[in-house]
Amino acid sequence: MEKRVVFDGKLLPYALLMPQLLITIIFFYWPAAQAVWQSFFIQDAFGLTMQFVWFENYSVLFANPDYYRSMVTTLVFSCLVTFFSLSIALMFAVQADKHIKAAGAYKTFLMWPYAVAPAIAGVLWLFMFQPSLGLVAQAIRALGVDWNPQLNGGHAMTLVVMAATWKQISYNFLFFLAGLQSIPKSVIEAAAIDGARPARRFWTIIFPLLSPTTFFLLVVNIVYVFFDTFGIIDSVTGGGPAQATTTLVYKVFSDGRLGGDLGGSAAQSVILMILVIGLTAIQFRYIERKVQY
Amino acid sequence: MSEVVLDKVRKVYAGGVEAVRGVDIHVPAGAFCVLVGPSGCGKSTLLRMIAGLETITGGECRIGARRVNELEPAERDIAMVFQNYALYPHMSVYDNMAYGLRNRGTPKPEIDERVKEAARILEITPFLDRKPRALSGGQRQRVAMGRAIVRKPQVFLFDEPLSNLDAKLRIQMRVEIKKLQRALAVTSVYVTHDQLEAMTLADVLVVMNKGEVEQTGAPLDIYEKPASTFVASFIGAPPMNLVPVEAGENRPKAEGLTGGLGLAVPPGGAILGVRPEHLMVVTGAVPEDSLGITFPVSAVEAVGAETFVYGPIGGTGQDIIARLPGKALLAPGTPVSVAASAEHLHLFDRQTGKRIGP
Repeated sequence: MEKRVVFDGKLLPYALLMPQLLITIIFFYWPAAQAVWQSFFIQDAFGLTMQFVWFENYSVLFANPDYYRSMVTTLVFSCLVTFFSLSIALMFAVQADKHIKAAGAYKTFLMWPYAVAPAIAGVLWLFMFQPSLGLVAQAIRALGVDWNPQLNGGHAMTLVVMAATWKQISYNFLFFLAGLQSIPKSVIEAAAIDGARPARRFWTIIFPLLSPTTFFLLVVNIVYVFFDTFGIIDSVTGGGPAQATTTLVYKVFSDGRLGGDLGGSAAQSVILMILVIGLTAIQFRYIERKVQY
Repeated sequence: MSEVVLDKVRKVYAGGVEAVRGVDIHVPAGAFCVLVGPSGCGKSTLLRMIAGLETITGGECRIGARRVNELEPAERDIAMVFQNYALYPHMSVYDNMAYGLRNRGTPKPEIDERVKEAARILEITPFLDRKPRALSGGQRQRVAMGRAIVRKPQVFLFDEPLSNLDAKLRIQMRVEIKKLQRALAVTSVYVTHDQLEAMTLADVLVVMNKGEVEQTGAPLDIYEKPASTFVASFIGAPPMNLVPVEAGENRPKAEGLTGGLGLAVPPGGAILGVRPEHLMVVTGAVPEDSLGITFPVSAVEAVGAETFVYGPIGGTGQDIIARLPGKALLAPGTPVSVAASAEHLHLFDRQTGKRIGP
């Protein structure tokens, strides 16, 4: 049942909404509007003059094969990170949901990566996998693999995927654990009596009942991969080697901030914005329908 | 259809709490056994041990001739109806019932036939395509029953299946469960805390208290000859009147009591029991071997078909209840004399509460 508060005047409800609205407007709508505005201009290298060019920034962008490469990179990166962070977190959560000794400590340890800032996490992985210094890198090299994320694009991608996944597992783990604990125990017991072995029980009962959680996490993770992995990429690879790890959001930064092409970078962020809005809308429209109860 | 045998079954939890302390129960093949007792008496734990949802600490559980202690729930060939129904919320009613058969690799046409047959018996055919959330409590209950019967198991287990229903529906479903069990003749073990449900459903009634079996038997035998004061007060509503008495000359002695000749009370005293429905209003002298009780009426509850009369007995301050047929015209404050004939008297040990006579 819905609880509704009825206000006498219009002033109080608006006043209560104001802080949230102000934050949203100042930090989200304003910059977004500015990006749209800026994407129609070309600026000179010193930022002194601006020239209105309509959609030229966009047409230049779509004529550039680098931009499509960046899109593919983003697609690969986001699919890998989302898939691994969700599946590993789910595995951990299923384990934590069992009656194990020291479950509290286990859960606490799993939460730590989330508290680490992205840049720090990136540096951490960078050191471990640094070809000449890193402990893990040395181990990999000892196995005969010529590990070098600084030169090999595949290796660099593997490294940022690992770092970004590691960072996101904690968050996913927490939600999966809560989701698992909200499934009535008797339903699982009924399935056990109905002759479902643990694996079948998981895929036919637990996994479908978790689908609202999984769906929510899917949306959150995709947004995370598109935007929040910037710090990791910046500190680990800087988008390299040879742009092998330049995702869309990193390209916005490197073209705009480093390359000085503000108009082009604004156009990119507008496209990115539309992409994420579209993705989320599609997810809600088509996937949510299939989500169980 | 198989018998269910519990042989000195014990359950000790990890913390050292002994929930079930050596229980022996024999449920003949096809019988309806009801485990009844207050909450925390271990009845649900016992049921879950038969189902295989709890491990058995000691003793043996057999279904048919098979020892099932080490078997998985799925291998025990049982079906269970849970208190909250435990339906699979993401599956249709049809799929809920078919799930167990599919897991066992039953051929599709047979699944279809069995599910439709069960749906017909339980009158849920119109709901087969619905999800559980679109059903009422009673309908969900039927689906849970349907899920149990399609599998044609050796044993049905019921864990307080009616306690989430309203009073009217509960009576209706109680009758249906009984009829269904009779028709299918599947051995059933049913857990409840409701003594009325227990009395009406059971072929074999097991009264439990603090992890032990207080008494096993046919419901009416237990009603007529309760083995302890616990059983006497748990079975029957309102509960049996229990009055502490001293030893008189070949009769019980207590303030407000007369008669009872021939009922030998041991020297240390005892507890005398008499059911409220066995007390009749008397006007003249009470026969010597009957028990007469005189008490001032403190409250009268008329419920139409019968009247409950309350009043303190003797100096103990303990209330006695008499259940009188029809409308009894008694006013609070007036004294009343009631009597029960000799065959309706029970005597229990004062220390252990065990039955000592007659």
